[in-house]
Amino acid sequence: MVEWLAGLYGGTDAAWFFSIITWILVIVAPLLVGVAFAVYADRKIWAAMQLRRGPNVVGPFGLLQSFADGLKLFIKETIVPAGANKGIFILAPMLTFVLALIGWAVIPWGEGAVLADINVGIFYIFAISSLGVYGIIMAGWASNSRYAFLGGLRSAAQMVSYEVSMGFVLVTVISYAGSPSLSELVHMQSGGIWNWNFLWFFPMFVIFLISAMAETNRPPFDLPEAEAELVAGYQVEYSSMAFALFWLGEYGNILLMCALSSVLFFGGWYAPIPALDFIPGPLWMIAKICFFFFIFAWVKATVPRYRYDQLMRLGWKVFLPVSLAAVVFYTGWGVAFGYIGK
Amino acid sequence: MIAFLDRTARSFLLVEFVKAMALTFRYMFKPKTTLNYPYEKGRLSARFRGEHALRRYPNGEERCIACKLCEAICPALAITIEAEPREDGSRRTTRYDIDMVKCIYCGLCQEACPVDAIVEGPNFEFATESREELLYDKAKLLDNGDRWEREIAANLAQDAPYR
Amino acid sequence: MSLTALAFYLFASITVFSGFMVIASKNPVHSVLFLILAFFNASGLFLLLGAEFLAMLLIIIYVGAVAVLFLFVVMMLDINYTEMREGFLQYLPIGALIGLIVLVELIMVVGVWQVAPEIIGTPAVAAAPDLTNTEALGAVLYTQYIYAFQAAGIVLLIAMIGAIVLTLRTREGVKRQNISQQNRRTPQTAIEIKKVKVGEGL
Repeated sequence: MVEWLAGLYGGTDAAWFFSIITWILVIVAPLLVGVAFAVYADRKIWAAMQLRRGPNVVGPFGLLQSFADGLKLFIKETIVPAGANKGIFILAPMLTFVLALIGWAVIPWGEGAVLADINVGIFYIFAISSLGVYGIIMAGWASNSRYAFLGGLRSAAQMVSYEVSMGFVLVTVISYAGSPSLSELVHMQSGGIWNWNFLWFFPMFVIFLISAMAETNRPPFDLPEAEAELVAGYQVEYSSMAFALFWLGEYGNILLMCALSSVLFFGGWYAPIPALDFIPGPLWMIAKICFFFFIFAWVKATVPRYRYDQLMRLGWKVFLPVSLAAVVFYTGWGVAFGYIGK
Repeated sequence: MIAFLDRTARSFLLVEFVKAMALTFRYMFKPKTTLNYPYEKGRLSARFRGEHALRRYPNGEERCIACKLCEAICPALAITIEAEPREDGSRRTTRYDIDMVKCIYCGLCQEACPVDAIVEGPNFEFATESREELLYDKAKLLDNGDRWEREIAANLAQDAPYR
Repeated sequence: MSLTALAFYLFASITVFSGFMVIASKNPVHSVLFLILAFFNASGLFLLLGAEFLAMLLIIIYVGAVAVLFLFVVMMLDINYTEMREGFLQYLPIGALIGLIVLVELIMVVGVWQVAPEIIGTPAVAAAPDLTNTEALGAVLYTQYIYAFQAAGIVLLIAMIGAIVLTLRTREGVKRQNISQQNRRTPQTAIEIKKVKVGEGL
């Protein structure tokens, strides 16, 4: 993908550089628009399940609501609290936003259509999502506010806890694929829906989805924000674009997790039945991301927020043992019957 | 033993979550219960107490006789009245102010008025951009009366048998 | 200068700078954040060496988990800066002495360091180019160094159990939630339905 465009530009070092920049823009610009519509879809689905209407005034069916909100936030003043640690306070939302974007570099959109097909792709995404905690914890500390600080601490403990079981899920899947490269993971699932991982790794799939929700601070695990007790947790002192960056980062992360779920368990860019493969891969990818996002919104509308000790119990006392046992079971099965280490 | 297995299976298969998700999914396609507010509005009772208005007689003469009963009864002290005789000798207000920020919309002024001059009309959409605009004077109240007279009269007629 | 060299100097200088800032910055939270920046750039250096697996592990484990706990603890500290400066002169002589000893030792160690002559000039890239370094590491770790690997695991396990044993105490009179017990409740075990006669009560 990069080589092709670099060749088109002339093949020099500079061409290489501009080719990468172009592809970054090609991925990021639709992504940000997608985030705006994801926020809208989230609100709309949530409203529908509660028998409400949701945003329906700005633009046809309220489709432009997110842009109106963004514009409103853009023209507001950024307020830095007097007691805040200014540098870190401003750095935190930028960090969250950037981390939500750079994960997309390794997501494969089709055969060879990936910005950086590195052979540790899955570890890269895992590393990026584990860095995500810093944006929140820095925001919580730098705000110099009790609510924000509590939110930051909660999110730190929560994200570290759920990363553990998520790591085990990833280990199981990549042990079957034989490579942590995301393209390899998709290749492993070629040939129709019955080859997709979610059928064979169903328990891992469920654990992964739930952990992804905890990892992205989505309801029912949105304790770092918890507007009922912490007013808005780590975001409480933020206004204007800084707040918008948190918002974009959060939804960017959610979409990244949706993309990762579809790559890991739903056959990435492959069609559910091979006869439909004439539809281009990126479209399948987008459809699957939308499907997972719908699940995220659906869960948000259904399940009430966890209490913090219950959240920790679920992470450490249920998911960790279950995923550990599953790693042993799946890898044992794979080695015994020759699926692993061909 | 069977009960234990049943319980364990239920909790690991997330039966209750699946049930709840199915329920919310069904609800997604049900008709909405909320009104599309600015375009659809709920029905208002004839006794609805909204924005104040000063009414006139059909011949254009204002009803208020400056008896100050409303000012006296107002629990929020929102009403201020000053009065002196007009050229024709009738007693009229020179000033009739309602501070809509203080008003609690209890309707006691309406009950106290002997000539049905001050009434609370059906209008509830009178939000303003500044606080000053909510300090109503006599002109504003009379203007309201002229604008809402038809609705106010209909509401009063509808409610009359019960008084 | 190629892009790789540029990246190397960028990562290396930021690593050194943030390493210095870890000890130089007054606010301990800033210190930890600079430490994280140092880790991050060190993993960038690993990447340039072609050790991408190690680089990712460094971020996942050190930055994503260990440093978060560091930050957690440091944020909880309630530090009084004036109080901290009071004791500074008092501890200066002994601190300077320890620093001097460490410096001398370091000089002694580095002074007698000999680099094997045949290693100079050989590239730091793994021998088999078709082997990804995840596979290469695994192949070595689970065969040649299996005992060391297992021993390290056991040491960690013992440390974990020790920490739990030291802090675990069962207190009397504390209400605890038993979730499986709660989930086992049914309407039959929890409520009793009675018909109350009019005007009588229970």
